[in-house]
Amino acid sequence: MSIERSTTTRKRSEPPEDMVLATEQTAAGLRPRINDDIDATTRLALYRSQFEIRVVEKRAYDLFLQNLIKGTSHLAIGQEAIAAGFGVSMKPGDWSFCTYRGHAHTLARGASMTGVLGELMGRECGLMGGKGGSMHLTDIDKGVMGSYAIIGAHLPIAMGAAWSAQYRGTDQVAVCFFGDGTTNIGAFHEALSMASVWKLPVVFVCENNLYMEYTPISAVTPVKYPAADRAAAYGLERILIDGNDADEVYRTAKSAIARARAGAGPSLIEALTYRHHGHSRADPAKYRPTEEVEAWMKRDPIPFYRQRLIDLGVAEPTILAMEEEITRAVDEATETAKASKPPGDELIYKDVWANGGWAWRN
Amino acid sequence: MAELTYRDAVAAGIAQEMERDDSVVCLGEDIAAAGGVFKATVGLLEKFGPLRVRDTPIAEQAILGAAMGAAMTGLRPIAEIMFSDFLAVCWDLVANEIAKTRYMTNGQISLPLVIRTGNGGGSRFGAQHSQSVENWAMAIPGLKVVAPSTPADVKGLLAAAIRDPDPVMFFEHKALYATKGEVPDGEHVDTLGTAAIRRQGSDLTIAALGLMVPRALEAADKLQAEHGISATVIDVRSLVPLDTQTIFAAVSKTGRFYTVEENPRLCGWGAEISSLVAEELFWDLDAPIVRITTPHVPLPAADRLEDLTIPSARRIVETILKTID
Repeated sequence: MSIERSTTTRKRSEPPEDMVLATEQTAAGLRPRINDDIDATTRLALYRSQFEIRVVEKRAYDLFLQNLIKGTSHLAIGQEAIAAGFGVSMKPGDWSFCTYRGHAHTLARGASMTGVLGELMGRECGLMGGKGGSMHLTDIDKGVMGSYAIIGAHLPIAMGAAWSAQYRGTDQVAVCFFGDGTTNIGAFHEALSMASVWKLPVVFVCENNLYMEYTPISAVTPVKYPAADRAAAYGLERILIDGNDADEVYRTAKSAIARARAGAGPSLIEALTYRHHGHSRADPAKYRPTEEVEAWMKRDPIPFYRQRLIDLGVAEPTILAMEEEITRAVDEATETAKASKPPGDELIYKDVWANGGWAWRN
Repeated sequence: MAELTYRDAVAAGIAQEMERDDSVVCLGEDIAAAGGVFKATVGLLEKFGPLRVRDTPIAEQAILGAAMGAAMTGLRPIAEIMFSDFLAVCWDLVANEIAKTRYMTNGQISLPLVIRTGNGGGSRFGAQHSQSVENWAMAIPGLKVVAPSTPADVKGLLAAAIRDPDPVMFFEHKALYATKGEVPDGEHVDTLGTAAIRRQGSDLTIAALGLMVPRALEAADKLQAEHGISATVIDVRSLVPLDTQTIFAAVSKTGRFYTVEENPRLCGWGAEISSLVAEELFWDLDAPIVRITTPHVPLPAADRLEDLTIPSARRIVETILKTID
């Protein structure tokens, strides 16, 4: 599972050679290198999840421009393969811990698109009734145990859920997604360290999209691969993968989740990827070199995976039908969310406490 | 009734709840094998084993994160933050995550957890190991805040905190760990959000918390014996929820209201209670409300300076005599 990369000097923002190769092979119509271990149903599920996330995220972008979504939002366009690869690998009962860039991971666990779009629009039908917003999507029935907007906070929390699974003797696994910037905050170290010492069933997934907000991660990090190069410090295997290849993510996820379920402890995975848009709604991402953006846009995980399906013999009409079905579903979810009422005023005072209320005095 | 120290009452309260509920687990630095640096968790490891009583690295964010993740998935963790000053290194978990998650998720996530911490001064530890920070916690919606002053309350309120479905910040006073008191035999569970009247008087009401309760009682005895002034002393016990009814009833009866607070002056818990009294009981007051607090300075370490900084029985007496005319 561990993929050793060349350590020869290379401009930091270029994709590793293997990843470029994989793309070229596919573009040339060659059979991708490793492809015999994933069945067709799983592959279609991986594509479906990626495509659904892409369409919902694009829709969220459009709804912003129409001022139907307020506040901020952090889109995962370009990073769908990681959410999909894990979403398809996880079992019901497993837990996802997401970041403020968490629409993708929430959808990948099967959360309702109406619930997600409704929450973004601040409507009654939102996953949290409009009380959390874009950065805090939560759907515990689907195992989405929250989206956390303070960098690093959810790594120890995911570790605690894994502790609970270990203590209660269930086979549940916690998967915690975070960005490259998170590897430089203290909570990352605390969580990795304790999870490893306690051998907890948690998988830490660093989505390295090369930028911590507006700054290249290489400018603020002492090692080249911010998560993978630190794995040894926690007694963990170095795992660095192409995060734009859903198959590779899926294989890695299956293996790490199986390891966690078997009681062999945590994993730290670094998945290289790239966001097509800026950090947040406010960011046009002008700080990224044009060549870099162009190179990565060629590695867009969705056309890449679509081509793979075709190369592997999936009929294009089958793919088109799936795409149309998803787009229709997103259209319907959009209309349902738009038609949903704003949250009732009573929500302001609801659920501070477990008794449903907010009273702080008698 | 058995006489227990305040520190033994901590272990007794935890043991009582661990015996009845397998989902109760403990974690913190030095709490298991060492029995806690204040010896408040002695015997728990031997009784309940290393799976339920766990030593952690020095990693407060990991401790509180672990407690939160465990609480949202079915356990009832008791996390120890050794000194309450250290809450500042994991305040994100307290203020942003634990306090807000139920609300932000529209009630999807419950966090039945307790954060126990050694709070307060008088131990000559200097400014980073002596603070009274209960007012920090009180300022954040979503946290219950408890600070017991007697061994019986330690056991009963801790048991109530463990059973409570919401996150509870439990402030144990370091200078009280060695004090002794009667604790009811058998299962003892108190009620959060209730104040206790420790002394009935007719001339004035003093509200105090933690270490300030015995000092207020000592002051009240002196005022009675030496000056014929009769004071009611209320042990606030719980800042959130706040038992305003007990406080209001006493203030209405006596017409004068004093708070004795160990926290530094600005935004101390007494300021909130004073404002409530001023807003809602103004016409029952015979004199301005007076707050007796630690001055707005960090705590000095030297014994002489620390004793002059934190409110003492003598300062309480002097302040009351000065203001009661």
